[in-house]
Amino acid sequence: MRESPSLPPAPGLQLSASPLTAEPCVRFALGSPPLDAMLGGGLQRGQLHEVHAASDEDLASMAGFALMLALRAGGRTGHIVWLAEAKRGDGLLHGPGVVELGADPARLLFVTVRDEKSLLKAAADVVRSPAAGTAVIAPGPRPRHLDLTATRRLMLFAERSGVTVLLLRGLGEEMPSAAATRWRVAAAPSTPLEADAPGAPAFAVDLVKRRGGVPSPGWRLEWDRDAASFRPAPLSSTVAADDGERRVAVA
Amino acid sequence: MMASDAWRSRNVPFLPGTGRDTIRRMVEGYPGPHGNAPSQPQHPSTTGCGGSLPPPAGKELTVFTEKQANAVRLTALSREALAAGLTTGLTLADARARLPGLVAIERDHTAEARLLARAVEACRAYSPVVAPAPSDGIVLDIAGCTHAYGSEDGLVADLARRLRRQGLTLRLGLGDTPEAARARARFGAGPEADLLALPVEALEASPEITLALRRAGLKRIMDLACRPRRMLAARFGDLALRLGRLLGEEDRRITPERLIDPVFGLRRFAEPIGRVEDGLACLADLLAEAGATLLERHEGGRRFVARFFRSDGAVPGLVVETGRPVRDPGIVMRLFRERLEALADPIDPGFGFDCIRLDVPVTEPLAPAQDGLGGEDRAAAPLAELVDRLVARLGADRIARVAPLDSHIPECAVAIVPAATEPHWPAPFPDDPPLRPLRLLDPPQPIEVTYGLPEGPPRRFVWQRRAHEVARWEGPERIAAEWWRRRIGAETWLRRDADDHPLPLPLCASGRTRDYYRVEDKAGHRFWLFRHGLAGGETEMPAWYVHGLFA
Repeated sequence: MRESPSLPPAPGLQLSASPLTAEPCVRFALGSPPLDAMLGGGLQRGQLHEVHAASDEDLASMAGFALMLALRAGGRTGHIVWLAEAKRGDGLLHGPGVVELGADPARLLFVTVRDEKSLLKAAADVVRSPAAGTAVIAPGPRPRHLDLTATRRLMLFAERSGVTVLLLRGLGEEMPSAAATRWRVAAAPSTPLEADAPGAPAFAVDLVKRRGGVPSPGWRLEWDRDAASFRPAPLSSTVAADDGERRVAVA
Repeated sequence: MMASDAWRSRNVPFLPGTGRDTIRRMVEGYPGPHGNAPSQPQHPSTTGCGGSLPPPAGKELTVFTEKQANAVRLTALSREALAAGLTTGLTLADARARLPGLVAIERDHTAEARLLARAVEACRAYSPVVAPAPSDGIVLDIAGCTHAYGSEDGLVADLARRLRRQGLTLRLGLGDTPEAARARARFGAGPEADLLALPVEALEASPEITLALRRAGLKRIMDLACRPRRMLAARFGDLALRLGRLLGEEDRRITPERLIDPVFGLRRFAEPIGRVEDGLACLADLLAEAGATLLERHEGGRRFVARFFRSDGAVPGLVVETGRPVRDPGIVMRLFRERLEALADPIDPGFGFDCIRLDVPVTEPLAPAQDGLGGEDRAAAPLAELVDRLVARLGADRIARVAPLDSHIPECAVAIVPAATEPHWPAPFPDDPPLRPLRLLDPPQPIEVTYGLPEGPPRRFVWQRRAHEVARWEGPERIAAEWWRRRIGAETWLRRDADDHPLPLPLCASGRTRDYYRVEDKAGHRFWLFRHGLAGGETEMPAWYVHGLFA
């Protein structure tokens, strides 16, 4: 009798279980109709996407935005491997906070490594295996080794395995990169709830680079946790006033 | 104190059909905490039980005690205590009244079991059939095991020497059945005492039966042996059975503790091999053999240890662990190669390897799985394989998941668990905004806050020299300290760093209530702030901290 490993394949793996059958051009919609229309149906799976933070106070928003993209790419049951450059046990997301964004922390695998070079090595391992539905690579706030070569390698691995890769560049300056899209994320005032309480997470997002397309800044998105989807944020007077300020700061 | 005994055997060749085989067994005891039978002289142990004993304390009288039926009674005595006139079964209060300087140690059953297991281990050198007879005896079947010692007496003497070196006080008995050996050890004058002359207590029947026998004037085994068994069975139940076993009329086998053979493979080379690649090829062969053994046992290995014995005596080793049991040599070999690549300095063959050994020290059940009808292999659990590869390369403590803990204190609510576990997280309530931050700052960072005294919400705060105007807020969510921990005091929270300097106490050591606010500043950044302590009650001027950042 030949034997094969006894565990059945995990249920969340259909998206990218087999590199041969994975459609390289499958897109996942973000959930905001105008943005999806502009992107031609959504972002591509099996590609590298980069996320920047607009300022050092927006790093948490950047991490949250990346987690939401990963959720959109893999669904609630998809596996997410979160590679972080951090000391042991540090740099992890807070489990209850992950739950509050609609993800299941049991589907999140945290890999923490000591420095950026070994982070890239581990990331290559992860991205090469189709087992990880989505890989989020989170180096320190100012990564230095993520050059064109490194990103091209990641892109090639991702195309071969079908793993969607999200690279968090933090505050690092924009370097040449092979990524399919590049986003800059800042926190935006949320739609207030009753008694003026802060509401659902809201972001001001700029699509600053897009392969084979024009950049498209100035999107406002809100995260609908229960639908696990983005939606366009309603404009309010405070939002509009803040918008001008932020643009100036970015410029 | 007591301990018992031993057995013996006559090596009559056992031929089927030629009559009864005369297998003898040995029961050998070790100093347990029980008192001996009242009719026997006590042989106290000076070592007590387990490794938990305090160092020998001069002339102090040491006794072991246990709570029996609401009274603390002595269960074992040191020689000195015995000489002072104490007996087992006495209450500790009575004993203290007589000898106020008594040192009483509570009986530790776990330590006794450990000691017994060690003694059993030592006895395995004499016979493969060894069984513990709790709480203080060991039975060995030594039939056919005496040739190395010349005779049974030689074996008994050797065994006694070995166990005495471990600090045990022994009583040994030999017999044709385990019961006979046990009775001689516990109630006889020597290993070969006359069974018929033993007291009826040697049958170890219940105290009522023994008392009834004594009242009937039946004091020795010989008084019973000459009576019809039917009569004994009618009057005393299983006494006839016990008597038959004691006298060797019925032979009950003992159930030995058998160790399962470890899974390992070994290759020795006539000439040392000088290339690591050749060594790895040999390791792959060993893995295939180990895989076959594991398949027969329906097991898979969780830990694989390869050792390369160099001709100059150095033994470099490689260890890989897997998240689930595996026996596929290819998978394990890949892990070994990952591990090898991750080594800071690669294995140096030096003058070559003499011998390569593979051990599988940790195994788990793994049933053979059947392939699909179409002949295609079932897809492996790819994530588990990925995790194994990462663990082999980076170390197990760097691959983790988070699991919920049952605590309201935010920094205590999450545990980091190995990647193989599947924690269960509750789903959030629909329609709520996120109530817990995505990033938790541990420890919380102090901030300066402008707020309405004494318990108003924050209006403005300064964190890292940057001012934030609070545009929206919600709160407070009051999280009280865990009062059941408050009383244990701050020492339990004290941690020291690598240089043995005390680290600052964590906030939860103070036992103050926290009022949490979710706030959003004008630019839209969302923070989780808390006021530490209730003004007026717990503290004069509560401090504020930022504890987390929302997405």
